[in-house]
Amino acid sequence: MSTIAQKRGFGAVLWEYLTTVDHKKIAHLYLFAGGFFFILGGIEAMIIRIQLIKPNNDFVSAGLFNEMLTMHGTTMIFLAAMPLLLGFMNAIMPLQIGARDVAFPFLNSLGFWLFFFGGVFLNLSWFLGGAPDAGWTSYASLSLASEGHGIDFYVLGLQISGFGTLMGGINFLVTIINMRAPGMTYMRMPLFTWTTFVASSLILFAFPPLTVSIFMMMFDRLFGSNFFDASMGGNTIIWEHFFWIFGHPEVYILILPAFGIFSEIFAVFSRKRLFGYSSMVFATVLIGFLGFMVWAHHMFTTGLGPIANAIFAVATMAIAVPTGIKIFNWLFTLWGGSIKFTTPMLWGIGFIPSFLMGGVTGVMLGAAAADYQYHDTYFVVAHFHYVIVGGVVFSLFAATHYYWPKMFGTMLNEFLGKITFVLFFIGFHLTFFIQHFLGLWGMPRRIFTYLPGQGLDTGNFVSTIGAFLMAAGVIVILINIIMTSVKNEKVGNDPWGDGRTLEWAISSPPPFYNFKQLPLVRGLDAYWIEKMEGKKGMIPAEPLGDVHMPNNSFVPFVISLGLFIAAFGVMYQADEGNTWGIPVIILGLAITFGSMLARSLRDDHGYHIHKEDLMDDNDKGVKA
Amino acid sequence: MHAEEKMTLEKWPASPEKQTLEGKNKFVGFWLFLGGETVLFASLFATYLALKDSVPNSDMPLAKDLFEIPLVFTMTMILLTSSLTSVYAMYHMKNFNFKKMQLWLVITVLLGLSFLGLEIYEFNHYVHEFGHTFTSSAFSSAFYTLVGFHGAHVAFGLAWILALVIRNNKRGLNLYNAPKFYIASLYWHFIDVVWVFIFTVVYLMGMVG
Repeated sequence: MSTIAQKRGFGAVLWEYLTTVDHKKIAHLYLFAGGFFFILGGIEAMIIRIQLIKPNNDFVSAGLFNEMLTMHGTTMIFLAAMPLLLGFMNAIMPLQIGARDVAFPFLNSLGFWLFFFGGVFLNLSWFLGGAPDAGWTSYASLSLASEGHGIDFYVLGLQISGFGTLMGGINFLVTIINMRAPGMTYMRMPLFTWTTFVASSLILFAFPPLTVSIFMMMFDRLFGSNFFDASMGGNTIIWEHFFWIFGHPEVYILILPAFGIFSEIFAVFSRKRLFGYSSMVFATVLIGFLGFMVWAHHMFTTGLGPIANAIFAVATMAIAVPTGIKIFNWLFTLWGGSIKFTTPMLWGIGFIPSFLMGGVTGVMLGAAAADYQYHDTYFVVAHFHYVIVGGVVFSLFAATHYYWPKMFGTMLNEFLGKITFVLFFIGFHLTFFIQHFLGLWGMPRRIFTYLPGQGLDTGNFVSTIGAFLMAAGVIVILINIIMTSVKNEKVGNDPWGDGRTLEWAISSPPPFYNFKQLPLVRGLDAYWIEKMEGKKGMIPAEPLGDVHMPNNSFVPFVISLGLFIAAFGVMYQADEGNTWGIPVIILGLAITFGSMLARSLRDDHGYHIHKEDLMDDNDKGVKA
Repeated sequence: MHAEEKMTLEKWPASPEKQTLEGKNKFVGFWLFLGGETVLFASLFATYLALKDSVPNSDMPLAKDLFEIPLVFTMTMILLTSSLTSVYAMYHMKNFNFKKMQLWLVITVLLGLSFLGLEIYEFNHYVHEFGHTFTSSAFSSAFYTLVGFHGAHVAFGLAWILALVIRNNKRGLNLYNAPKFYIASLYWHFIDVVWVFIFTVVYLMGMVG
């Protein structure tokens, strides 16, 4: 938060955030909304683990347990991990390529508000008759049989937030294609920008199948269609295919930006150029490509036949090759480097072995014949938590510590940061390592309790203790954030001292126009090159001139609100005797399309910051 | 060049849709969006093919009982022609001939409307003659969803082009609205291409197999 904002009073700040189109402020919104949902999903996880701490426990009922595990998975994937990553992409990627904003600032804001309203809608299910309870995959036979409106909340909430994510993806792609600073060729882009690029193209091609399958589920549940109803000629497997055609690329949408974040961190804190930059780029693109070829490995036991299973098994194991390239490149970056063990670096060091274990169990699961044994056991639960927590969540913690000064202008406390790391790292392995064995010993996933004397007691007890350690780690980072925000000690452009990329060449936080003059990029690690030549900042690529900026707008909020309202109508019109559903749908859609039309009829050319005003800004230390 | 600048024929550039950064962004962004839309329709096509003629009892009409070539052929021709007229509109836009561009866009809209009218007639016909409703079988659900999604895209495109035509009627062409016209016509071509696939996969293949 800038000091100017604090002086302006709460109402003005709120209005600023409701209407902002600035990628850095939208990043704050993503970070706080995503952080909120992360804590919500974490509480759900704790309830799951408390229920399983001992056999025959009755902390929650079986039905509530199903709701908890469904909402834990859905919240963590769609409302926590992805928005948090989108937040860091928003905050950092435009700075890394030397751009003044993203390509479509208005759509950027719209994307956030759609995600936010979708997330709120999904979570309102807790108060309006029960949450979805068919697992985050919501397989059709199960979810069509689910009573009440839980699944409808899932379907409509994810549809709304999915539109937002799709817009974000297109926006980042165009930004990277069109708005790189002079000299910033594709092969000079920092790895985080590259992974944002590939993850965004995965979003572009993976979300439409989800959109379609969610529409079909919505039609089946609320409008009487028969896509998944076998007695009417439907086919329940169609949902599984579409869900995983989306779902598998989705895990790469999550992990690739995580790879990017760690690639930045390893290079900076080893004070060495990233080893094998071009092979890193190649591996990223290859993982993105292969990510679309492996979806059926989630369906080995569905009965697609040995040929399909064999093909998908081989494709799955092939992904280990580019991922292995990355692991070795990181190790070689560390090798011989002048390593600084800062908090982000600790997360990075912890990430390599943790994620590697997830990758190894992934290859085990990819062996189709063996998968029949692992399928739907805690072995699978352990596997995907090793890749998603050990990969994605570790990277989110690392990025929070690493980019916090760039986003908010103040450092997080390093000591508390290291405590968070130790608590969370130990807690994570304590929770999930034993789950591999629980799975191999026969504990199925998604069961709400188990009997004593089956060899599962100790393992589950250990696992729950680990979960408490992770929760403690999260509490420490929250304390850290509050403490350092209150102190608010300002930092300079390059607080870590070893920044290599463009974002560290401008002030922390950057001014709203980012770069007074677009920088000239002379190679990979553009800022490092200038530093090595003894320069303080970047060489400008253009004379000082007027800067064109977009106007703030409240319309994205209203468009999203319209869909949020319409979603209630869609859901309740299917109830017997409901009369207000259809009018509410019409009202909501009228709000959405009306505000789109209003936006389109009114010209919005933005405004210019004049050269003279930019020159007055010199004291902020924002050159180039 | 500035987006708001008053334009003349002499100053009008060769690719008016790509002269400003906003225009370039819209151009690339919209092509990417169409890439996503392609996957969306591919998913709907896959669903349709999986559920084609999949009905709970044998009295229900199948694809070969429902479709009649004269009607859908007429619809196809109308939509293909509307794609051609939108090409004329873009030709006149590139030559800074605002009046003619508007005229051809209006013709495009009229053709689109007649296509939509025939589609509504067609659906109505299936419902009343064959009892082939959205809820009667998996086949009918998949059919109406695929063709209906296309129809909804047509309707949205009509509203979009019409809004552009009316909004800009008084002020003529400039570099601010040229990209808007251009991507609307891209969208219209995309809808047309999707229909070509629907005509082939749903109707022609429905008649023979």
